[in-house]
Amino acid sequence: MPVVASSAKPAVRSIIDRMARPSGVGDRVFKWLTLAMALAVVALVFLVGWQLARGSSLAIQKFGFHFLETSTWDPVAEQFGALPFIYGTAISSLVALIIAVPLSIAAAVYLTELAPIWIRQPIVSLIEMLAAIPSVILGLWGIFVMIPWLRTHAFPFLKKIFGWTPLFDGPIYGVSMLAGGIIIAVMILPIITSVSREILRSVPNLQREAAYALGATRWEVTRIAVLSYAKKGLFGAVVLGLGRALGETMAVTMVIGNTPQIRASLFAPGYTLASVIANEFTEATTDVYLQALFEIGLVLFGITIFANLLAQLLLRTIGSTITPRAVQ
Amino acid sequence: MTKIHRMIGRFLGLFVVFGLIATASAQMTMNGAGATFPYPIYSKWFDEYVKVDPSVRFNYQSIGSGGGQKQITAQTVDFGASDGPMSDENLSKAPGKILHIPTVAGADVVAYNLPGDPALKLDADAIAGIFLGQIKKWNDPKIAGQNPEVTLPDQEIVVVHRSDGSGTTYIWTDYLSKVSAEWKQKVGTNTSVNWPTGLGGKGNEGVAGQIKQTPGALGYVELIYAIQNKMPYADVKNSAGKFVKPSLESITAALATAQIPDDFRFSITNAPGAGSYPMCGATWLLVYEQQKDSAKGKKLVEFLEWALTKGEEMAKDLDYAPLPAELRERVLKRVDEIKF
Repeated sequence: MPVVASSAKPAVRSIIDRMARPSGVGDRVFKWLTLAMALAVVALVFLVGWQLARGSSLAIQKFGFHFLETSTWDPVAEQFGALPFIYGTAISSLVALIIAVPLSIAAAVYLTELAPIWIRQPIVSLIEMLAAIPSVILGLWGIFVMIPWLRTHAFPFLKKIFGWTPLFDGPIYGVSMLAGGIIIAVMILPIITSVSREILRSVPNLQREAAYALGATRWEVTRIAVLSYAKKGLFGAVVLGLGRALGETMAVTMVIGNTPQIRASLFAPGYTLASVIANEFTEATTDVYLQALFEIGLVLFGITIFANLLAQLLLRTIGSTITPRAVQ
Repeated sequence: MTKIHRMIGRFLGLFVVFGLIATASAQMTMNGAGATFPYPIYSKWFDEYVKVDPSVRFNYQSIGSGGGQKQITAQTVDFGASDGPMSDENLSKAPGKILHIPTVAGADVVAYNLPGDPALKLDADAIAGIFLGQIKKWNDPKIAGQNPEVTLPDQEIVVVHRSDGSGTTYIWTDYLSKVSAEWKQKVGTNTSVNWPTGLGGKGNEGVAGQIKQTPGALGYVELIYAIQNKMPYADVKNSAGKFVKPSLESITAALATAQIPDDFRFSITNAPGAGSYPMCGATWLLVYEQQKDSAKGKKLVEFLEWALTKGEEMAKDLDYAPLPAELRERVLKRVDEIKF
């Protein structure tokens, strides 16, 4: 060692030193360190769940399973039921996905398959900029721009065409479940689009070329060679969007109408789990009230995890069909 | 000799202690947290007070009344602030006796959106009826009967209320519980309640936005907010049977005529007196009667004394109603009882 070291220049020597020692201590430390980090994330999830459960123990004891299936939210009488909030969270997220998924996947397809090169980057930047708008700003835009427009133009139009269905029935206030869904759609659009774009870009060109070689049209190439191949990834992008939609708070609170009720009509005001926490946590002074809000948090936590698990399961079923379709 | 020695020793000791306190107080920070409603005037006071006593800096977080009550109970702040008095149950959780120091007052007004912005007069029956969902149309005789000079449309009333827990809602529901037995029994008083009807807007801005944009809407907002946003608001019939315009004067009048107990945990809604506006409420600072840190306690008392004298004079400029002179005297006496 000293002989080698003395003849080499200092910088080279340090490299040789490191290479000459095949101890593997660094490797092991690195492995344990990353393992610890990975476990820390898992531990964090459990800690959050545990804290929420502990914070709401009194409410869980008092209301039991009724908390999930009753609709009264009365802080004065200390009667709390989460059903309208669970319903609101589910429906507003569903509406958001119905609006945002076709839009964002179409945008991603255009940006990767069809758009001229010079236009791609500016559009991508604009879409990503949409993600940078703070929630509260979108909410204010919702109150002062979107809601008046929805009330005077879009909603009456929808009512005229689809008024015969229970979905678009009843009085129009502007603030509504549908408005909440639309604002969430605006907020999850950028993430679904950017993730979908990355996934479509990772589809090997060989796929496209092979399809073209078989005489496929542009649409057929996109459908069979690209979209079908990337199905799994696109589904993942949608799940990411759903995760955001479930927890979206501020902007939704400002446009959804904050009325804990279950109505078939999308024009009726609703309420979400995240909104009721944001609205009432600061002024909740009694124990049971505060604990009920904690339990709302626990329910939201549970729903998010449940949605993700469900997505994982669905992903597996997609996974099994992808190979034959892609080969076809 | 030894006695004198000992006395000198004690004196010196005291000097050292005082010296330490003096140096410590050179950069003293007074932490407070709580209500959002009085935040503008409190920050004005804290700014101005630095000129009076440069050794004290204030740090106030407007996290809401619930948070203010919780933090003073947990002793994580030097003073709390709340838009509603603390309940007996919450007071009993505190490690010491908490004093309520009323500072300023505000009011809720009934704001609405009708073509031509007519001036409306409303009484308790009409307001309770609307918020219970029993009066549904603008041309209902209960509203029209009091406003013969206004032609009211055959239009649905869109009721708007606060969705977030707030002192504003506390005043509103407290008033309705006092004037309507049905409200008291069905809904009750709290910072947020189970509303029989209406849409929920987040914050004053959310309610005001919805009223401004929805033809036929009616809701309640803070007086300050209605004044600053030039919204029309109704005169309300008080318990003496007079229609009163909400104003800083009619709020102070309500404070002067209301029955105020010695612990200052009072409600001034539906106060007697011909000039009292019925939907007002005060806001309180919460402090321990026995201060833990004597240096801080002394400074806190000095500040409270200043706030209740010089500070009150600034209230009107910021659209807050000051306490009437007589009540101020009573509160100052209570402040003097703080031990440190």
